[in-house]
Amino acid sequence: MEFSTKMHEKTDGTGTDPLLRIEDFSLRFQGHDVCVVDELNISVSAGETLCIVGESGCGKSVSAMALMGLLPKDVIDIPDGEMWFEGQSFDLTTSTLDAHLRGNRMAMIFQEPMTSLNPSFRIGDQISEAVRRHTDSTKSEARVRALEMLHRVGITAPQQRMREYPHQLSGGMRQRVMIAMALVNDPSLLIADEPTTALDVTIQAQILNLIRDLQDQTGMGTILITHDLGVVAEIATTVAVMYAGQIVESGRVADIFDDPQHPYTLGLMSSVPRLSGPRARLTTVPGVVPTIANMPKGCRFRSRCPFASEQCAVRPALIDIGKAHQVACHHAPLEQVVSVQ
Amino acid sequence: MSVSEPAISHRAENRVWKKFRYHRSAMLGGILVVFFILIALTAPLLPIPDPAATDWGAVRKAPSAAHWLGTDEIGRDVLSRMIWGAQASLLAGVVSVAIALLLGVPLGIIAGYFGGWSDAAISRCTEALLAAPFLILAIALAAFLGPSLTNAMIAIGISATPIFIRLTRGQVLSVKAEDYVDSARAIGLSTPKILVRYIFPNILPPVLVQATLTIATAIIAEASLSFLGLGQQPPDPSWGSMLNTAKNFLNQAPWMALWPGIAIFLVVLGFNLLGDGLRDALDPREH
Repeated sequence: MEFSTKMHEKTDGTGTDPLLRIEDFSLRFQGHDVCVVDELNISVSAGETLCIVGESGCGKSVSAMALMGLLPKDVIDIPDGEMWFEGQSFDLTTSTLDAHLRGNRMAMIFQEPMTSLNPSFRIGDQISEAVRRHTDSTKSEARVRALEMLHRVGITAPQQRMREYPHQLSGGMRQRVMIAMALVNDPSLLIADEPTTALDVTIQAQILNLIRDLQDQTGMGTILITHDLGVVAEIATTVAVMYAGQIVESGRVADIFDDPQHPYTLGLMSSVPRLSGPRARLTTVPGVVPTIANMPKGCRFRSRCPFASEQCAVRPALIDIGKAHQVACHHAPLEQVVSVQ
Repeated sequence: MSVSEPAISHRAENRVWKKFRYHRSAMLGGILVVFFILIALTAPLLPIPDPAATDWGAVRKAPSAAHWLGTDEIGRDVLSRMIWGAQASLLAGVVSVAIALLLGVPLGIIAGYFGGWSDAAISRCTEALLAAPFLILAIALAAFLGPSLTNAMIAIGISATPIFIRLTRGQVLSVKAEDYVDSARAIGLSTPKILVRYIFPNILPPVLVQATLTIATAIIAEASLSFLGLGQQPPDPSWGSMLNTAKNFLNQAPWMALWPGIAIFLVVLGFNLLGDGLRDALDPREH
């Protein structure tokens, strides 16, 4: 693990420095030329929630896994990327995350609560194990901490649940346990990879509220990966829209929802059913995400974009078009606000 | 067999036991196995003659009140030899499978979890060993090591190892892809800890089933090696060597071949039924 000698003067939360900043992070699978994650730039401040949105296969999850150092090193290749986390600099190209950072300062919860817990061990033991990995606490201290955490994530009768096995819990409860396990060491950053996708709608809302409440209590930053725009509207502070491994638009949540500038974001917004307004056929974004093998040169959305023109053969840079609102499109800013109905 | 099923949970244990309890053939297998184990363990306590004591006045006597299962060609009590022979057979079955597990499971875990060149090396060796038939390999190894019961057990154990390497490797490959292994890494657990706490318990059920079935195979292998003179050495009794002597007297004293034959048949049947029952009981698909 290489640490930069230069430490930022301000630490997270107290100053303007974001808790996590990723610059020019690219990732490709070995044997392929095209980056599946291409020049990703994101930042998250303490207490904020960044939502990374995009359809399946756009590189959301793989980015998160890479940041946690969970991808097998013999499969991926990281040509470029730098990360600042809690004022420390990490060179993503030469190092993977220190295991001590994982689960301690930075935690992750997964999409599938049904399969994300070890079926052979009791809930209490699994959470205690996470505590003991990162602290010098004794077995009983760790159990007290685990119990307290289960209580905090809203599990009823935590004493009893501690002794139960994962298959005895419902999906929503398992996701709460996952959250308890992830947050038991008070991480400053939580990465949640589609945490509500596998749950039904009422439980989804409960889990999102829980994440938000815990965030209010601890001031942690959150990266939430989702394809559900309803979730984004519910919880996001800032949004990054990803398409085929690239961020095509990012900004405050209000900017993205009220004034989407990238044709892809527009497409996403118009594919959400609405309760108000005239009833019309739902629009979809035609086509599918291009595969790595036949990624178009220039703008990667070109093959599906209704506005595509000749200049799109050149890759558009991410440009500022408003306060903290960036778009990668040659046609931005759009001359008029396009009605999304 | 799915691997996401808890191996050692209380509720699961109860459910497994319940399913096992109502599995008639499995219970029959269990009873047979327990019967032979009890006989083998209590051999020193039973009121039977010394299995090596000869009686030239009672050579090749048919079963009678004095000798329930008859006597052999130098007047030894066949019942006594059968009971002591059970020790050799069961010991060979259990010890050789233990050897195969101790070698095969760690190698399988290494091959499956780490992949790469270690997987390539281990898998190629496994395939090479599997290319030779189990019994032929055991005979070759036993002949190489020299005739004794211990060497026979080592030979059988090594011959049975590739089955466990291959089974374990396959199970690890599927367990490794489970989300809970990723989540273990996400909380920062070390690789050894993940192997011991997350991989091993979850590959166990199919390995246990295979181990039970392999005990049956190993018992046949021990009997075969002893039959060929490569296992238990005279005068110590073994079902295999008893069969070897008995084949010379099939017309005059058929009981000499009958009893060891029946015993081998029953104990192998017992372990096979038990293994099948375990497989059904541990199979999460049939709740």
